[in-house]
Amino acid sequence: MLGNTPVRRRRGATAVVGLGLVATLSACGGGDGTAEAGAGSGGSGASSGSCTNSIKVDDAPQVSVWAWYPAFEQVVDHFNDTHDDVQICWTNAGQGADEYTAFSTAIEAGSGAPDVIMLEAEVLSTFTIRDALVDLSEYGVGDLEDQFTEGAWSDVTNGDAIYAVPVDGGPMGMLYREDIFTEYGVEVPTTWEEFAAAGQQLKDAGYEGYITNFPTNGNAFIHALMAQKGWAPFTYDAAAPTEIGIDVDTPEAQEVLSYWEGLVDQGLVSTDEAFTADYNTSLVDGTYAVYLAAAWGPGYLQGLSDADEGATWRAAPIPQWEGEEPTQINWGGSTFAVTAQADDPELSARVAQEIFGTDESWEIGIGEAALFPLWRPVLESDGFASREYEFFDGQQIQKDVFLDAASGYPGFTFAPFQTYVYDQQTQQLFAMVEGQVDAAGALSAFEKSLVDYATGQGFTVTE
Amino acid sequence: MTTSTVTPPAAGTRQGATHHRGSRIEHNRQRWGWFFLTPFAVIFLVFLVAPLGYAFWMSLHTKTLAAGESFTGIANYQRAFSDPLFLEGLLRVGKFVAVMVPIQIGVALAAALVLDTLATRLSKFSRLMIFAPYAIPGMIGALMWGFLYSPRFGPASDLFELVGATAPNFLGTGTVFGSLVNIVTWQWSGYYMIIIFAALRGIDPAIYEAARIDGATGWQTAVRIKVPMIASALVMVVIFSLIGTLQFFTEPAVLRTVAPGAIPADYTPNMYAFSLAFAYSQFNYASTIAFALGIVVFVFSYVFLYLTRKKSGLK
Repeated sequence: MLGNTPVRRRRGATAVVGLGLVATLSACGGGDGTAEAGAGSGGSGASSGSCTNSIKVDDAPQVSVWAWYPAFEQVVDHFNDTHDDVQICWTNAGQGADEYTAFSTAIEAGSGAPDVIMLEAEVLSTFTIRDALVDLSEYGVGDLEDQFTEGAWSDVTNGDAIYAVPVDGGPMGMLYREDIFTEYGVEVPTTWEEFAAAGQQLKDAGYEGYITNFPTNGNAFIHALMAQKGWAPFTYDAAAPTEIGIDVDTPEAQEVLSYWEGLVDQGLVSTDEAFTADYNTSLVDGTYAVYLAAAWGPGYLQGLSDADEGATWRAAPIPQWEGEEPTQINWGGSTFAVTAQADDPELSARVAQEIFGTDESWEIGIGEAALFPLWRPVLESDGFASREYEFFDGQQIQKDVFLDAASGYPGFTFAPFQTYVYDQQTQQLFAMVEGQVDAAGALSAFEKSLVDYATGQGFTVTE
Repeated sequence: MTTSTVTPPAAGTRQGATHHRGSRIEHNRQRWGWFFLTPFAVIFLVFLVAPLGYAFWMSLHTKTLAAGESFTGIANYQRAFSDPLFLEGLLRVGKFVAVMVPIQIGVALAAALVLDTLATRLSKFSRLMIFAPYAIPGMIGALMWGFLYSPRFGPASDLFELVGATAPNFLGTGTVFGSLVNIVTWQWSGYYMIIIFAALRGIDPAIYEAARIDGATGWQTAVRIKVPMIASALVMVVIFSLIGTLQFFTEPAVLRTVAPGAIPADYTPNMYAFSLAFAYSQFNYASTIAFALGIVVFVFSYVFLYLTRKKSGLK
């Protein structure tokens, strides 16, 4: 079209200017959240050169890792110092849901995922159903079985398939304010019946706070409370990925929820949303006398500000249901999985196993990050059991509480759409504590929403 | 606006007159037009048209967790317009439109009219202060209000205690609607005020003088003269506000982190599309919801512009 040379030359200049502008604009990124939100925005990329840590051996192959453990840089440095043949390139892609969003987008885009990724056990099936994780049994990970507890191992496996290497766990216990219980002359409860009574006694004795908090957005915490009664809401086998059993509305779950509904109605427990600034302050300023916590809870408490200066914390086993076998429960904990986008799955599988596969790395993990190890050589060591915690005035909390809780935990099956399950649970529990429905109504609505969703997603739903 | 509508015909006439003699020059000019358009066109195509096209293509497919992906045509749209969550979200933003748009425009118009009649130093300062919230990024504003509403950190409980009352929970099921209206009004009224104020400044003061001579009071001047003369600016401001409210996202999404019970993941259609895509991995259906919302916004805007066509000068 354009005949004469000068114009053509200028046109070349335009192209350059144009590209320059494009580059500048795309660097700004970030949409305005309008109608094109569904268009997908590609993964955040895990190319080398974007590592947070420094690479010690330049010519060794690199494996990219996403993880959000505290003090993880030290663990990575330790790994890279002790390995000549492989190096970790670590990125913190956000905690929990933020990282999963990035990973999920990378799966959809087909690129941008790391080789190895930190995932909580509860989301493993969410990603296996999208073929996003590598079955590690091909790479000899099966040999590790006896290095982990039964419950921890069952959380990462499905039949013969192994989808992740367990790292840390969240066996549950009860952290309580000894000073508050002593001040009001109330016994520390060991059963849920005593727990309710203690709540009443504290209130009657003039304590202005609540014995504990029942967060409607407690997600895995609420799941755990119901699981203690034997609630097993999902049956799911990755070998038959289009079938799912949903049995949410059970007598056990109703009993647990009615119990908490009663405590809420009597004004013995508060219903603050978890993980907000209000909740964090209430945890440590004496508003709650008890923090029903996982083994990572003490670490969480110590990171909070505005704490009561005179607080004395102690750990005790989680209360049990009277007349039933003591049942241990778990809240959280994480694993390392190898993604389907890994360049070298075998090498990645090795990295996943070896990051937290030494005493030294666990020394950092336990000492700096307050993790609860699932690796038995450390878990069952005397040093770990007899470890004294300054926060608890020297109490050996692992031996007293969490070791038993971990060994008694039988495992739990989560749904392959766990985020949706949690959102629905939050909505129903919120309606319950606001008095719009009772425990039974909340559970039946909860179950119905999940069955509808699963059916809409093409699952064959059974009870 | 009036000047711009007058100029093109004049330019057109000149173009017509010089067409034969200067066709070569014209041709060159058009080339240069395209040349200058290129940077915009490239960005427009790559970052707007292409993603929209792709999203539309995605919205015609269905992908479920268990059954894989298939082409389903408009089935997703049928589902969207019968999806109670989407429809409830639409109804909710509809309520926001009904409440929030009049409040914002009312506040903005009142402030602009008052500031227009004042010429003191205080008025300049007030103008800046009313505009200031708009200068704060939406995210930050919402976070800040989240703290102000907090029963523990917010000032409300202290203030209510002074008169011996208990502060309401601003983040409860019944109250969160009002709390959101408050945030948006705080943030956007200043912006609309500036637009209206600029339009008021564009009116010839001689008209006011004439009105005064005819015996019009200040109130009559404002209601009978100023408001009708800035009608086109008002229509534009209402359209901005209408579209913004239908696409309500940032404020509820931020407050959801402190009130997840009162603000569910599908509170507004945009939030629903966001959680479908990024929390539930349903990218296809999320695209459909986004397009369905786009259709609704288009229809609302079109109807509004049609109804106000005489006022807006957009006949």
